Amino acid sequence: MSATDRSTLRRGMGVLSVAVREEPWIFCAALLASGLYGVAPVATSWTLGRITEDVVLPAFDEGRTTAGALIGAGLAIFGVAMLRVIGVIGRRVGAGIMQFRLQATYRRKIAHRYLRLPISWHQRHPAGQLLSNVNADVEAAWAPVVPLPTAIGVVVMLGAAIVSMLTVDPVIASVSLLVFPSIGLLNVFYQRKLTPLAAHAQGLRARASDIAHESFDGALVVKTLGLEEHETSRMADAAARLRDANVAVGRTRGRFDPMLDMLPNLGILTVLAVGTLRLSAGAVTIGELVQVSYLFTMIAFPVRAFGWVLAELPRSTVGWSRVRHVLDAEGDLPTGELRLSDAGPISLDTRGVSYAYDGATVLHDVTLAVGPGRTVAIVGPTGSGKSTLAALMVRLVDPAEGDVLMDGVDAREMRSGEVPSAVAFVPQETLLFDDMVRGNVLLGLDLPDERVWEALEAVWVADVVRGLPQGLDTRVGERGAILSGGQRQRIALARALVRRPRLLVLDDATSSIDPYVESRILGGLRGARVPSTLVLVAYRQATIALADHVVYVERGRVVDSGTHDELRARCAGYRTLVTAYEHEEEQSAEITDGRTA
Amino acid sequence: MSSRITGEQRSATATLRRAFEVSPGLREGLLAVAFLALLAAAGRVVVPIAVQITLDEGLTADEGPRTGFVLTTVGVCAVAVLATAWVTYRMNYRLYRSTEAGLATLRVKAFRRVHDLSASALGAERRGDLVARVTADVDQFSTFLQFGGMFLVSLCQLGVGSVVMFVYSWQLALMVWVLFIPLALVLPALQRRLSRAYGRVRARGGDMLAATGEAVVGAAVIHAYNAGDLIGRRIDTAVEEHRRAQSRAQRLVAVTLSSGEVAAALAIGGVVSLGVLLGVGGQLTAGELVAFLFLVTLFIGPAQMSTEVLNELQNALAGWRRALAVVDTPIDVADPGPAGTALERGPVEVRFEDVGYAYPDGPQALHEVSVHIEPRSRVAVVGETGSGKSTFAKLLIRLADPTSGRVALGGVPLTDVPFASLRERVVMVPQDGFLFDTTIGENIVYGRPGATADDVERALHELGLEDWLAGLARGLDTPVGQRGEALSAGERQLVALARAYLADPDLLVLDEATSAVDPATEQRLQRALESAMRGRTAVSVAHRLSTAEAADRVLVFDGGRIVQQGSHDELIAQPGRYAKLYEAWMTATGTAGTR
Repeated sequence: MSATDRSTLRRGMGVLSVAVREEPWIFCAALLASGLYGVAPVATSWTLGRITEDVVLPAFDEGRTTAGALIGAGLAIFGVAMLRVIGVIGRRVGAGIMQFRLQATYRRKIAHRYLRLPISWHQRHPAGQLLSNVNADVEAAWAPVVPLPTAIGVVVMLGAAIVSMLTVDPVIASVSLLVFPSIGLLNVFYQRKLTPLAAHAQGLRARASDIAHESFDGALVVKTLGLEEHETSRMADAAARLRDANVAVGRTRGRFDPMLDMLPNLGILTVLAVGTLRLSAGAVTIGELVQVSYLFTMIAFPVRAFGWVLAELPRSTVGWSRVRHVLDAEGDLPTGELRLSDAGPISLDTRGVSYAYDGATVLHDVTLAVGPGRTVAIVGPTGSGKSTLAALMVRLVDPAEGDVLMDGVDAREMRSGEVPSAVAFVPQETLLFDDMVRGNVLLGLDLPDERVWEALEAVWVADVVRGLPQGLDTRVGERGAILSGGQRQRIALARALVRRPRLLVLDDATSSIDPYVESRILGGLRGARVPSTLVLVAYRQATIALADHVVYVERGRVVDSGTHDELRARCAGYRTLVTAYEHEEEQSAEITDGRTA
Repeated sequence: MSSRITGEQRSATATLRRAFEVSPGLREGLLAVAFLALLAAAGRVVVPIAVQITLDEGLTADEGPRTGFVLTTVGVCAVAVLATAWVTYRMNYRLYRSTEAGLATLRVKAFRRVHDLSASALGAERRGDLVARVTADVDQFSTFLQFGGMFLVSLCQLGVGSVVMFVYSWQLALMVWVLFIPLALVLPALQRRLSRAYGRVRARGGDMLAATGEAVVGAAVIHAYNAGDLIGRRIDTAVEEHRRAQSRAQRLVAVTLSSGEVAAALAIGGVVSLGVLLGVGGQLTAGELVAFLFLVTLFIGPAQMSTEVLNELQNALAGWRRALAVVDTPIDVADPGPAGTALERGPVEVRFEDVGYAYPDGPQALHEVSVHIEPRSRVAVVGETGSGKSTFAKLLIRLADPTSGRVALGGVPLTDVPFASLRERVVMVPQDGFLFDTTIGENIVYGRPGATADDVERALHELGLEDWLAGLARGLDTPVGQRGEALSAGERQLVALARAYLADPDLLVLDEATSAVDPATEQRLQRALESAMRGRTAVSVAHRLSTAEAADRVLVFDGGRIVQQGSHDELIAQPGRYAKLYEAWMTATGTAGTR
């Protein structure tokens, strides 16, 4: 065994010991059943040997028997066979329950960790990976739990079998000492050969699936660029490699399975040969010979269970390390004991804030102040760091350097839950949960329906909701599938408004809404009964026009700030960005003029 | 829209027949496999026969143990056992080789057929479903096969074992069969309940994933609204429901398993009792009785497994059927191939003659559209969502065929133009700039396979995008992520545009291709495209009317018809659809007040 195998084995055992510690009682029950399952074949073959010797042979010799002997023999065999049944069922059910409970426990643990870990952590981990942690990795981690009791039962079985054979005859027992270890070794060898091949095939299967996914997703592009041949050859290549890998797996399986079948059969034949010699020597009876041969047929298959546990271990340790990666992840946002002042709009200051994402600095030394009740627009080209700045303002992330202050209090010193209670944020990409409209607006708040309607009215979506089959009780489907993009955005806005926030940050949150409706909504915000400080990340001039103050950012730095007119007058980048359409118009006018001239 | 993929009701034999047609490699050697399987099964009864002969002829013979005879018997049987192992291996290998080759062929043919279906046929299918048909559904059969060799031998073993049992004692054999008949009746019903139970496990598993998925995708919202407890509770419920479904299925498994095991225990007990009785009557020898017990164990395994195997086989066949159904879906927009008329290089002229189009099972999207687009002209297509402007673009590049009338390029009806020629001359940039999971550079090269990095950089330069390229840390080597999601929507569109530009088409069709880039970049792009596309024909489906202002001619769509056409200045001067659209757009961009 190589060093890596040994370490896999050691770590695998570590994972299994966690499983046993988590569910000790069910494990014990499964183990007991497995023990029964292990002893049963020995008991069955022993009983059969006794019956052959004491009932069958005398009866056949003498040509007569008693009803008692007949029924007794039948019942004895049936009885010990039932022992096995109880063992098989108990082990299977016990192991299953244990596996399911472990899966559920760890899925909950991981999901709750996801809910606590900060956005910066989420940003570093692709969604696909996190979903696979909670699904496939948990499954892989606990996969060996199912064959584990069986494997332990097999140890019991082997021990009992060898003892029973030794009591029959040490010479015959030596045959089993030759055959069983060979089966065990062959199986270990088999699994070690098979595991990498199977993993390889699994990888290629995933690869073929990725290609199909990507290719079908991009079907329109494939069509419009005439890439069908190219894509088909990509798939043909993947399919050919998968075919070869599957044949390699099948070939290995096809070679080892018959050998594993063959060994106990050769064992029985050897027992017959050796047994006949021992019988001539008077060392054993015919009944004992039958007993040993039958024992061989009964335990040949279970011996393989060892291999199954070993086969699952590498996958299990990989799955477990991924699970631990999530559970051990740190970086929860620190909290303090401070609270915000009681009421009214909040003032917001960032002081020398910078933020890096994946080693690349996306914000440099940003300092800006938003007075209470003011409306500020953040404007900048695609990729200038606006969204990161918005995330910092609502404390989804903490800055690498500098401070974010709300009403003069450092966000990091606020007590847990304080920021969300006063600050609302609507991100660029709307997310509705698979819940009713009401649940999506309230998100766990306990408020009367009037408040929900009030918020829906404010974002001009109340009529839409009234038109839904069950009004507020309508389920919106996965990601809000039953609604249009603009409707989803409005529900997301209502979610913010229903909280009557004292600071509201909108990250380009009205992009799918008609400009006219947008201006009504934002205008309504400014005149709301409960005044709020408002920060808007925006492109449209109409949106920007609502702001008292505009901050222009470019490549992660604040380039200029002031009123719209001031910036237009003195900041070239800003002018280009917001007046692009105007510019275009003038130009096309020139072209038209030129033509007519 | 309803799916076009049908033919899933095929019977098992029809499925197999069609499978042989699609993958001719399959037929090869399957007869040999069947023969080998029979041999392998026969090999498995060698040991019980050896036990019987040894006991009856060797050990309980009147003259005492016949050592030489037993050793000879054992030797012969050992050779038979070795031969069986060899035969089984050959059978397995042949089975894998021919079926895997057949499955690979099926996979590629189904994959290709998906790409040959028209855009509207594809639109009616769920992507995930199509992917499953060429991957998971085919894999299902492949996985079945990995155990298939064993199953095949087991089923043969059931037959061979029965024959030998009947030879030894028809009474005992009959008793074993009678004991297993109730099982054969009960098991299928249990099996059906089991598959329903597992169906529920899968469904609850899906719910569980959807719920945890919200914790991942919605992390920002959950944090911003402190909604962790709410979502956490929902996840707990989904996880618990999934576990419950698993436990319920598990209980059914226990019932199924125990019914088989109890039948087996009864059979062995019954064989002993009845066997002794028969032996006393001189109808059975001791060796035959013991051999019978060995045979019963050989019989029980496959008998218990058979319903499960048949069930698996059903599933595997269902997978095969689903993949075959894709291969058999008729192509609705067919490539005329070499028989068609290739387009000549040079500026393209487009003619729509009384073109109408209705989506399958959908309303009429275009009505009697007739229009002539001059070579080298720049045409903008405007209208509200659902006005038919995107359908117009689709028909123009033959993503679909008109239901009435015809579309011709340079005088050649589109249906006569080979795809190879059409795709080379006509390129569309769709709104969703889908990218392949590789680098920016390689994605652009997709436009003209074989293009060099210099070509790509020149294209970006000509489009005025070198600033953007310079701002990327890894330049052309920047990975774009799955579907290009590592880039912003606007950047994806830039790459898609560069890709189309590199393809060097004579007719470029832009379908809201710059909707997500910021206004300044869009404007820059538009100017670059204008000069770069000079001398070629360009059709833009526009969402921003700035595009229309710059075009030679504007086609205004409403309700599936062209309601106005002319230059921007002509149209603005007359009351109508265009004037209204323009007014709304001016308000939206805030340019109205500044004029």
